[in-house]
Amino acid sequence: MDRYATPLQRVRGLGSAKEGVNHWWLQRISAIALVPLVIWFVASVVALTGAPLENVTLWLGSPLPALLTVLLLIAGFYHAQLGLQVVIEDYVHHEGLKVAAILLVKGAAVVLALAGVFAVLKLAFGG
Amino acid sequence: MATDNRPLSPHLQVYKPQLTSVLSILHRATGIAVSVGTLLLVWWLVAAAAGPDAYAAVQAFNGSFIGRLLLFGWTLSLMYHLCNGIRHLFWDAGIGLELEAAYASGWTVLVATVVLTLGTWIAAYTVMGG
Repeated sequence: MDRYATPLQRVRGLGSAKEGVNHWWLQRISAIALVPLVIWFVASVVALTGAPLENVTLWLGSPLPALLTVLLLIAGFYHAQLGLQVVIEDYVHHEGLKVAAILLVKGAAVVLALAGVFAVLKLAFGG
Repeated sequence: MATDNRPLSPHLQVYKPQLTSVLSILHRATGIAVSVGTLLLVWWLVAAAAGPDAYAAVQAFNGSFIGRLLLFGWTLSLMYHLCNGIRHLFWDAGIGLELEAAYASGWTVLVATVVLTLGTWIAAYTVMGG
């Protein structure tokens, strides 16, 4: 295999896609971060089942839950858009549709993550 | 160049379904399901920040039959993707790649998914009732 790569290409290790294992690696890093965050969040929401709004806003607005929920939103939507991008690349073969679908997914991930983060910060800073 | 109608591998329909392949497909399917389910999460957070009326609306939806069905499906998908994702992380570290180990971890993931999903819902109903 080395025959086909110049020494410079080999030392960079980025392959034909020019980004190497970056996408794959970021997917794993976000996955590892999400394991404890998801377990914590599900357990917390279960504890709040049927609770009145005041309890929910008090919980979401307190420092640690606010910080962890923001981390969950960032890691979660980051992980989701990486994964959905691969699904689209695998199954949508029309170039224009593929690019449009990926842009839509990435745009939606940014908007939804920011909406969630904004809501948590509003509660945290007493809006 | 006309590339749209070329036959593409793998031709899944010619393979006999196996635990390993079915779980792999389920990992993707549940990943998509969990992604769609985040709409409900963001709606819940935004409604909590927006005020009592918005929060009452999201709680009414969550409490409805269709809302509970979606939440249950979301819990099931999330727990599966979480458990099988951990299985994938072990594989990435080079652990458990032998056929026997892959089948054992596959069944473990299925059992853990059911236990965690039912555990979550039993806990939620217990909290609500108590």
